[in-house]
Amino acid sequence: MNRMEKQVVVILPHPDDESFGAAGTIAQFREQGVPVTYLCGTLGEMGRNMGSPAFANRETLPDIRKEELINACSKLDIDLRMLGYRDKTVEFEDKQEVAKDLKHHLDELEPSLVITHYPEYAVHPDHNAMGAAAVEAVRLMAPEKRPVVWAQAISNNYTAELGQPDIVNDVTPTFDRKMEAIMAHESQASGILGQFRESPALSDDLQEAAKQQLGVERFYVWNFK
Amino acid sequence: MEPIEVEKVQHILESYIDKDVYIHLETTNGAYASHFNDKAYNVGAYIRNAQVNFSQAKIIGDGNTFRAGLKLELGWVYAEGLTEWTLHKDNQLLLAGHDSEGRLMVALHISETPLGQ
Repeated sequence: MNRMEKQVVVILPHPDDESFGAAGTIAQFREQGVPVTYLCGTLGEMGRNMGSPAFANRETLPDIRKEELINACSKLDIDLRMLGYRDKTVEFEDKQEVAKDLKHHLDELEPSLVITHYPEYAVHPDHNAMGAAAVEAVRLMAPEKRPVVWAQAISNNYTAELGQPDIVNDVTPTFDRKMEAIMAHESQASGILGQFRESPALSDDLQEAAKQQLGVERFYVWNFK
Repeated sequence: MEPIEVEKVQHILESYIDKDVYIHLETTNGAYASHFNDKAYNVGAYIRNAQVNFSQAKIIGDGNTFRAGLKLELGWVYAEGLTEWTLHKDNQLLLAGHDSEGRLMVALHISETPLGQ
């Protein structure tokens, strides 16, 4: 986090991936005045959380999540571009086509840093597919024009297989902003935060559990060699 | 959505009989089932905007959870674990079942016009 970035582009598939995974880091960049653009792949149309108590259903969920996404990006003070893919189907798209689509945005925005998911270590198939397409999009750029890529792994086995992450970012200073962004995803937040309680190692207190789970954001610097 | 009222839902189901209708049929245990429990694995399926025509339709249950069956010319559409319903956009019947945390586990939607993208 020492280098001053010119422009950061976040490439993740679902509304709320940015908030749970990287909102603390994003908020730090915004405090430094670095512009951040979120390329959000889908509207999370197939999410199973419908609010608690439920206020969404499968047919109303896309519009509700779109609104939540816009609100979260407004809390984080970042630009938003919605890419229009459909939840759960990103891995079935042509990877080169998705990569070209992403590259088009990168060529225009000329980021110094791209944040995405670590392919094969990001649990959800959309995460893995969007991460792979993002890495491919950057690989397609001329080496001297490539931004640095920070890839986020989520799987339970990732440190065993990949070693310690290169970036271990304590986001305690921007944690309140991060929680504001998470809570903007009203239909998803309580359900997902609730899952942390299922883990016996974590506290019953939701805020405390969230801090244990979400207070550090970790990334690997992608090696294009 | 509201707890299923059998008479109302049965009445709406029958309104679609012998019409070309679009269905959404889905079941899921979530994309993180195996992430949070190493003894579980992810199970899910959905079909969206499949066009079917059924000659008979019933919703049956014990008052808490319900099953729906639509009899097609060459087969069946079946859903189990339905607990709630609503009428969306006046003509789309949505039936769904949720777990104790309110997460969707099963859904069956029927509409005379294609469901949203």
